[in-house]
Amino acid sequence: MTAEPMIRFDRVTFHYPGADTPALRGVDVAIDEGELVVAVGPTGSGKSTLLRAVCGLVPHFSGGLLEGRVSVAGRDTEHFPPRELADTVGFVGQNPVASFVADLVEDELAYTMENLGLRPDVMRRRVEEVLDLLGIVDLRDRPVLSLSSGQQQRVAIGAVLTASPRVLVLDEPTSSLDPAGAEEVLAALHRLVHDVGLTIVMAEHRLERVIHLADRVLTVLDGQVTIDDPASAMRTSPVVPPIVRLGRLAGWSPLPLSIRDARRVAGPLREQLAGIETPAPRVAVNPVASDDTPSPWAIEARAATVRYGQVTALDGIELHADAGEIVATMGRNGVGKSTLLATLVGLRRPDHGTVRVCGVDPSDLDGLERIRRVGLVPHDPGSLLYADSVALEFELADAEGKLAAGTTSDVASSLGITLPADAHPRSLSEGQRLLLALAVVMAHEPSVLLLDEPTRGLDYAVKEHLAAVLVDAAAHGQTIVIATHDVELAATVAHRVIVLADGAIITDGPAREVVCHSPTYSPQVARILAPAEWLTVDEVAAALELSGEGPVAR
Amino acid sequence: MAATALQTTNLVTLVLAAFVVTAVVLSCRVPSPTSRSFAIFVKVGVAVVVIRVVLQVLFGPRGSGHVIVTLPRLDLPAWAAGVSLGGPVTVESTVAAVSQGLRLAVVLATFGAVNSVTSPYRLLRLVPTVLYEAGVAVTIAVSTAPQAVMAAGRIQQARRLRGRPTRGLRSLRHLAVPLLEQSLDRSVELAASMDARGFGRRDATPPSRRRTAGIALGSGLIASCIGAYGLLAPDSPDGLGIPMLAVGAAALIVSLQVGHATRHRTRHRPDRWDARAWIVTASGVAPLVAMTWLGRVHPLLAEPPAQPLAFPPTSTVLVAALGLALAPAFVCASAERP
Repeated sequence: MTAEPMIRFDRVTFHYPGADTPALRGVDVAIDEGELVVAVGPTGSGKSTLLRAVCGLVPHFSGGLLEGRVSVAGRDTEHFPPRELADTVGFVGQNPVASFVADLVEDELAYTMENLGLRPDVMRRRVEEVLDLLGIVDLRDRPVLSLSSGQQQRVAIGAVLTASPRVLVLDEPTSSLDPAGAEEVLAALHRLVHDVGLTIVMAEHRLERVIHLADRVLTVLDGQVTIDDPASAMRTSPVVPPIVRLGRLAGWSPLPLSIRDARRVAGPLREQLAGIETPAPRVAVNPVASDDTPSPWAIEARAATVRYGQVTALDGIELHADAGEIVATMGRNGVGKSTLLATLVGLRRPDHGTVRVCGVDPSDLDGLERIRRVGLVPHDPGSLLYADSVALEFELADAEGKLAAGTTSDVASSLGITLPADAHPRSLSEGQRLLLALAVVMAHEPSVLLLDEPTRGLDYAVKEHLAAVLVDAAAHGQTIVIATHDVELAATVAHRVIVLADGAIITDGPAREVVCHSPTYSPQVARILAPAEWLTVDEVAAALELSGEGPVAR
Repeated sequence: MAATALQTTNLVTLVLAAFVVTAVVLSCRVPSPTSRSFAIFVKVGVAVVVIRVVLQVLFGPRGSGHVIVTLPRLDLPAWAAGVSLGGPVTVESTVAAVSQGLRLAVVLATFGAVNSVTSPYRLLRLVPTVLYEAGVAVTIAVSTAPQAVMAAGRIQQARRLRGRPTRGLRSLRHLAVPLLEQSLDRSVELAASMDARGFGRRDATPPSRRRTAGIALGSGLIASCIGAYGLLAPDSPDGLGIPMLAVGAAALIVSLQVGHATRHRTRHRPDRWDARAWIVTASGVAPLVAMTWLGRVHPLLAEPPAQPLAFPPTSTVLVAALGLALAPAFVCASAERP
């Protein structure tokens, strides 16, 4: 006889208050102890709702009507509110800042244990263990609000780990982590699954990071949930990472999910591609440049240095970008990428050195002139929005830029998903909110567009749309700077990649060269097909089609 | 300190108190996002003084005295009888207004000082288990102000990014709405997070004991409040203050005893209550004791009459006590983990 599953959804249907269509319908799923399960699905399909139902926040906190039964470790969430489940289920939400209760890292880590009433010596020991496990020993006395988003994410995970729960529920745990940091966190989680039999349910859009760790995959589509082993789920899933797309293209079966497996079967494909030149480096075309009037650089930073108190966030940055260029900025969490964007947009005047955007100091810009020159979509896109509904937000943006009515909403639809017009911006999903903010900024067609982590919470289809829109905008002369941890995005759109370390630029070169030669920043396709320098599945597909050979069938 | 300030309209005392608070803050502040709140509270305090004076000049009751300037007097309709607009402005009334405004300002400054010297969360750790839930509510309320200041900064930045005006009254209105929305959102999310992390768990406790603890706690708090009022309000009957405080304290102790047994909660690395803590506490209590005593013995010292105009009297005892309140500045400056 099999043991009772750790998490059981028994014919669960859930309606948010006032919603006509259910957010979850007929979910009938069992997850065993010690499984690592990844929930995949398009943006806004109900993944977060599913996760919050596991720890009881749905329906105890969200309100709404839940039919059926959800039980965790034999306890029905109907009778056990989240606080009584706290010793069993640890939950880390999408926005770690919102979950912080204490102000210092160490207190935050101890908070759940304090509520559980553990002995002080046990608490002390567990705090030390978790600090080591997640590599955040140096941060123990820092206020949580002063940390970078990646550090905050790790503290949030640590804060639930200290209570040694049996189930861990994570909503996009690596979305704001750099590739190395994400690998570290995932490795730590993986180890917990194997060493202590922790059960983990996580939602993640960047499947390339987690799919090879998953024991099973929950596919969430319009509130309907199916559970399957990763390889068969990936064969039909609407959202798949590049490795699976490459696998489908090449007809590999079973589909490899890790780089190692893929390289083993990729021999024939590599041979086939050996004779084909990789595409020429992407060159930015500047449609507005002419030889008679030397136009100023779109972006020009000279020895720009920014300090926050004792900390030097930017250290003598030298950066030039031409109109029509897409520059991806990469680097560890907290390395100064966001500060660089804040400086370029003029929110922060450099302490030394100068920054010019289209020849003017961005700190002096205001009003219409500002939004036409330079636009920033910040890390927290919600802060840009303040209308009561999506439709009003569009109108507001049109009015701000003195644009024809409907411009912003057209831009939004070009980004690939339709936003419900009467929804409040705050009720949108993380990804939808980001797209709304993007539309609001892009509607003014600023000469310089700055994007801070623009792919958080976006599924692959939307990301592809976004990439196309960015490439198109650059072709019309907009300069785009993207600060991102998403190597696949950088590989898809960037002309140039710069890598920051300790507030200084340590690498600045053509995208293909930089990402292919870096162990951390190379995309999946490059890893599988190395040493040839292919970046994306589309490139490979186009090359195969040109050569007329078609993919290798096995 | 705040309690001391409440008892007096003596200008000299108030100025001294403000000085002491500032000195302590400057030497003890810890680097945290909330430590900027002192400056903000001081600004609010200054605004209070100014508003109080302006109100006094415009609407204040007219007394006799040295006239500085005479404003045109407006005749108000009958329903507004008792309110005068304009008229002669006297030195005496202005000084009185300044003193009263300053009293509130010092209270505000003290409040800000508490926020910047220590974090509300650290105070929470000293709160006894049974009071914990009430403590959390207070903590969240106290931390709202600095949080709101930070949120306001973010909103202003976002407005600049969207090319909106960031100065002027109209922008202030556009600031308030998102600010309220954000604070509300944040509190809901915080509550969800606290709940998910086991806040307010009840283990197997018989409801009767919980009820006993609750009643003892409630009555204790009420009794202490009445007691504190009796102590601070000079015109209350003498028998009210100290006895009620004693009753309240006794009830609280009972509730703590019962509550401790019912609630299972522990603390990670509690702050040690050492000699330094005693000095800090004592230095805070000293001016209060001095002021209360002086208020009984020499009422004139606490509330100098506005007329005739004279340099307010002061006493060496009070100055010494206020000087004692400076102690934390030295103790903390030498401490490695204040």
